[in-house]
Amino acid sequence: MAEKTVGKPIKRTEDPRLIQGLAHYVDDIRLPDTLHAVFLRSIYAHARIKSIDTTAAQKLPGVVAVYTGKDVAKIGPVPCAAALPDLKVPDHRALASTKVYFVGHPVAVVVAESKSAARDAVDLIEVDYQELPVALDEEKAADAKSPVIHEQFGTNVAYKLTAGEGDIEAALKSADQVIKQRILHKRLAPIAMETRGVLARYYPGEQELTLWTSTQIPHLCRTQVAIMLGMPENKLRLITPEVGGGFGSKLNVYAEEALMGWISMQLNRPVKWIEGRRENMQATIHGRGQTGYIEIGFKKDGTLTGLRYNVFADMGSYFQLLTPAIPTLTGLMLSGCYKIPAIQINVTGVFTNKMSTDAYRGAGRPEATYVVERALDLVAAELKKDPVEVRRKNFPQPNEFPFKTATGLFYDSGNYQGALDKALKMADYTKLRQDQQTARKEGRLMGIGVSTYVEICALGPSAAMPAGGWESATVRVEPTGKVTVLTGASPHGQGEETSFAQIAADELGVGVNDVTVIHGDTAIVQYGIGTFGSRGLAVGGTAVYLAIQKLKDKAGKIAAHLLQVDASTISFAEGKFTSSAAAGKQITIQEVTLAAHVAKSLPEDMEPGLAATSFFEPKNFTFPFGTHIAVVEINKETGEIDFQRYVAVDDCGKQINPMLVEGQIHGGIVQSMGQALYEEVVYDDQGQLITGTLMDYALPKAIMIPHLELGSTETPSPVNPLGAKGVGEAGTIGATPAIVSAIVDALAPYGVRHLDMPLKPEVLWQIINKKSAGAA
Amino acid sequence: MIPASFDYIAAKSLDEAISLLATHKDDAKILAGGHSLLPAMKLRLMQPKVLIDLGRIKELSYIKEEAGQLRIGAMTTHFQVETSDLLRRVCPLLPETATQLGDMQVRNKGTIGGSVAHSDPAADWPAAILALDAEIVATSARGDRVIKATSFFVEMLTTALEPGEILREIRIPGGKGKSGQAYVKVRHPASGFAVVGVAVNLAADGGKCQSAGVGITGVSPKAYRAANVESGLKGNALDAKTLSAAAAHAADGVDINSDLYASAEYRKQLATVYTRRALEIAASRLK
Repeated sequence: MAEKTVGKPIKRTEDPRLIQGLAHYVDDIRLPDTLHAVFLRSIYAHARIKSIDTTAAQKLPGVVAVYTGKDVAKIGPVPCAAALPDLKVPDHRALASTKVYFVGHPVAVVVAESKSAARDAVDLIEVDYQELPVALDEEKAADAKSPVIHEQFGTNVAYKLTAGEGDIEAALKSADQVIKQRILHKRLAPIAMETRGVLARYYPGEQELTLWTSTQIPHLCRTQVAIMLGMPENKLRLITPEVGGGFGSKLNVYAEEALMGWISMQLNRPVKWIEGRRENMQATIHGRGQTGYIEIGFKKDGTLTGLRYNVFADMGSYFQLLTPAIPTLTGLMLSGCYKIPAIQINVTGVFTNKMSTDAYRGAGRPEATYVVERALDLVAAELKKDPVEVRRKNFPQPNEFPFKTATGLFYDSGNYQGALDKALKMADYTKLRQDQQTARKEGRLMGIGVSTYVEICALGPSAAMPAGGWESATVRVEPTGKVTVLTGASPHGQGEETSFAQIAADELGVGVNDVTVIHGDTAIVQYGIGTFGSRGLAVGGTAVYLAIQKLKDKAGKIAAHLLQVDASTISFAEGKFTSSAAAGKQITIQEVTLAAHVAKSLPEDMEPGLAATSFFEPKNFTFPFGTHIAVVEINKETGEIDFQRYVAVDDCGKQINPMLVEGQIHGGIVQSMGQALYEEVVYDDQGQLITGTLMDYALPKAIMIPHLELGSTETPSPVNPLGAKGVGEAGTIGATPAIVSAIVDALAPYGVRHLDMPLKPEVLWQIINKKSAGAA
Repeated sequence: MIPASFDYIAAKSLDEAISLLATHKDDAKILAGGHSLLPAMKLRLMQPKVLIDLGRIKELSYIKEEAGQLRIGAMTTHFQVETSDLLRRVCPLLPETATQLGDMQVRNKGTIGGSVAHSDPAADWPAAILALDAEIVATSARGDRVIKATSFFVEMLTTALEPGEILREIRIPGGKGKSGQAYVKVRHPASGFAVVGVAVNLAADGGKCQSAGVGITGVSPKAYRAANVESGLKGNALDAKTLSAAAAHAADGVDINSDLYASAEYRKQLATVYTRRALEIAASRLK
């Protein structure tokens, strides 16, 4: 009998192959006769293509084909799955034809016998561009006087949307005070460690296409690419081999995926494209990108009356899969973990001459949490109250769940006080505030930031999702007793091969190593949705759990038959079926499995075999929450930030593997620190990408990260039988406001109440320097 | 990220490398670790037709004392400098600089000669080389030529090396009496290069500063010696007030770089603060 592992921090079973370099990413898959594709991308942010001459490129030895926009016109548009009223959807083709809209916009693709020949040929393509004026800033681009990107629309405004409940005007009027604040969420680059990559192989005899691609959504991608190529979906096999991270950037369907398939079909040879890092910075989706205006109304005692958020959301020039939908998630989460009677969001989605924005870890929710948490800090500062007190004042009580918000959600379960109390205790908050008083007397700039957050996870009920929000699993017990799990989820670093195996092993009384989890091959795995939105475990893991219940039900009937007892007397524990009717009579799952397969003696009318499939449809989202506390000291001479403490208490419901939870929290906090302190995709006033390499775009490194003190509380979700909520995005949601709050708090003696990210040392030094100079 | 095509030749001796360079002239680049050259080639910013690799020339990799000088072969890796017992004993500034340079991979493959010859305006070595009053030995078919570090760094990515010359050795003059050294830097959060890097080499006698070498990198289009800082120290007692007053001249008379991370105004402030810190550490090591 195997030891139970659910709830234990067992090591990831996928790690040995990753650490030893034995894993297979797209570029590791080598097929004979493979051709290599390299793109020519626009060097201008906005230009008309007057002519393209590919003659010299085509003549270069080794070059097999050069394609431009007109050659690939038969490939259908790159899909956008978001449906919003009066949404203006540009015709997004695989290659540019008459105009280019952003630096990195693909203009032509060269296919050659070698990567280097393809790359050399790219330099020989001559494009005659007529440069056009650019629209870059989402707020200015919405103005009627701005240059227009998509002429057919006559405007850069892609859509306007208002959401929320309650009478916002009355709510703000009833407030004792209203604070307004402009707030920026800069563009960020997701930067998965593995860039995108596609290998396509067409089998002309079978008329089948196999596509290896680095994606988070193998089945949805297959459906969409098949539509783009006009081929039967079941003639397209899509395989995601090892995927080296996504952070939302691979929750998408890209032009390059369809193009490689199309090229392989034209040339009857395999063709591979591996994205370079510079291409990745230019032409893989970016995240965030909002300019917003907060209005928060409150009573003198700190009670919130209403929140309005008017936001210009930067779409980029085209829509990718979910581009216009991301700000709607911001709107959904604007209540944070507080009772706010009236909430309104007014979104203006704006086209700009930049790469598309889309889902980046948190996808719209970090923006919401940041808005609400900054607003709460502003209220606390105005009322001269401790920010913790203002938060506590507006929390719903644990017995008020499910809690309805003015954004139309029902939070499943929560105990915000519990997580806050635990974090305050871990940080010794009272002492920290005393230390801060001392520091200020000594002229040192110490700051404490507290963020209490709630996020929306386990996306989600199908009614709220563009392409279904369920997840699938098939669980088979093989004749030898080994267990195979086929999941529609698509792990790409989360460790679901381990956590799903833990669930299956415990439920079936076998060892974790007896379970193999298979994912990401549409020819093997039943249709599924994928991994994003902190849904893998809560939705995908639940499907595994439910499939096993079905399987055990059948196995129990076989066991009863073999033990010659009534099925109602059978119970299952620790890998054995036992009958309450016949003392000492038991039979192992392995024996039952063998019997199910050899099929010599089965109950009447029962089918042989032992496998079950579940398509789990969640009834609601889940709402994980927590408290993050950052403590910093800022050097007055340089503005440099020293992290003194970082405490996080997260509640993601039941934890299947606490080590995976911790890893997700660590990673999320680190990405938050990146956003808060370093990261910003910068385009210059001509739309040139200034932060085009990792020499310019600062990702946090291990040496830049302080020790993270983690704790957790466990409030199970009632939404699924595992009680799990999801944790993939928590760190990026809870941490950013805590860090910014700490730095703003440190600079409070200079009258600072808000600063926009990234908080570079120079920004802080300028404040300190100017104020000091002014005082002197 | 695919370079233009090029020929690769691994020279077996310094003489062969010199002769290859004489043959291929401007078409050739010397490969001495490649941690700056190869990225530039992958971006096609540089497209040499021939790479002459010095990597297999054992005679260019050494750290030794000779004729009252420290002599370091051009192909000595950053890691070898970082871990040299000799240097830790007699010239700890060099290991301290190496420790803060790049990352493990860069330190394992990159070389001191390659970095100095490349003359990146934000590289770490030039600061130390200047502070130590080093000499650079260039060699060619015409023989050796010794160049003072102060005249070696001409401008961004340009040195006093002439066509056909290969940087062969770096020479550090032997110290006179007790020295106090330090290297401090502000790492760029993305590249790890120096936003500001300050190397200090102090000698004192009877509580007074006998000599001061202050090399600063990252601040200006080329690394420089901060002459006004040095003159503020020489002959004076190295107390906090003197160090602070001298450090205020860290960016005197130079064009100051400005980029997304640090404006010229802020960089000047960093240069002042980090120069003071480097002086304080170096002075404390004199005791």
